[in-house]
Amino acid sequence: MSIDATDRRIIAATSCGLPLVSAPYAEVAGWLGLTEGEVLDRVGAMQASGVIRRVALAPNHYALGMTANGMSVWDVDDAIVDDLGPQIGALDFVSHCYRRPRALPDWPYNLFAMLHGTTRDEVEEKRTKVAALLGPACRGHDILYSTRILKKTGMRLTGKG
Amino acid sequence: MRRAALPPDALDATDRAVLNALQDGLPVTARPFAEAARQLALPESELIERVARLREIGAITRFGPFYDAEAMGGAFCLCAMEVPADRFDAVVTLVNALPEVAHNYERAHRLNMWFVLACEKPEGIAKAAKRIEGATGLTVLRFPKENEFFIGFRVKA
Repeated sequence: MSIDATDRRIIAATSCGLPLVSAPYAEVAGWLGLTEGEVLDRVGAMQASGVIRRVALAPNHYALGMTANGMSVWDVDDAIVDDLGPQIGALDFVSHCYRRPRALPDWPYNLFAMLHGTTRDEVEEKRTKVAALLGPACRGHDILYSTRILKKTGMRLTGKG
Repeated sequence: MRRAALPPDALDATDRAVLNALQDGLPVTARPFAEAARQLALPESELIERVARLREIGAITRFGPFYDAEAMGGAFCLCAMEVPADRFDAVVTLVNALPEVAHNYERAHRLNMWFVLACEKPEGIAKAAKRIEGATGLTVLRFPKENEFFIGFRVKA
């Protein structure tokens, strides 16, 4: 879907969230000099096309006690990785799950799943669950724990169409 | 963003119900909180006040649209490098200097530096990776996403 300059203004105005009022889209419309109906139509269209995944609350998983996480990586048979991937992605402790290319011989893994838990032991338990789900299609796996955040910036979005 | 767990008494049962219910997404309607409030058997105004308080105490980071940056145009690529321990801090400075580097993590592995490149156009990824290789003399392994599977992540409050 192509988004236009007005969509980008709506995105920029809501990228930190919606105003917490009974009619938030009307308030956004007021900021931007649009009508509520126009904002609703555009947000609805962006949701239908996948630019917006959903309109929801974003929990701070650290604040809620899920302070441990690890990037688990799996070497899964290419013939069935796209069938197994959705099962891993649907697990409620997996926040991100992607198929990515291997970098042989350095890196044999083609499935990445970020696992979350309250402790590292719990993350390891969840890793065992993923291993059980993948079964013999998985030839090897590892998990990489972060030891330091070196940089973290928000999503940059220019106003350019 | 708050990175420490809240004390156990920071949330009451209603807060937890709100947190669990509103992760699934609200319809795009003029009064998005109204239907969720009905299902939670709360007045709409109380639901909104609780969401605001959850944000104030850092239990949530935001309430609003989750944008797919890639669907809006733009390109992203996870990259990894094997950085010698004695050069690590110097390499961090070189890599982080690029505005295209959005996140960068040290990880416990032979490939010990993992970062995400975010560019306006796909061709920007290769250019940024080459610049890092030129500046550091190290190989940048690129792991662009080929398929995306996640849908299920929910934090039980």
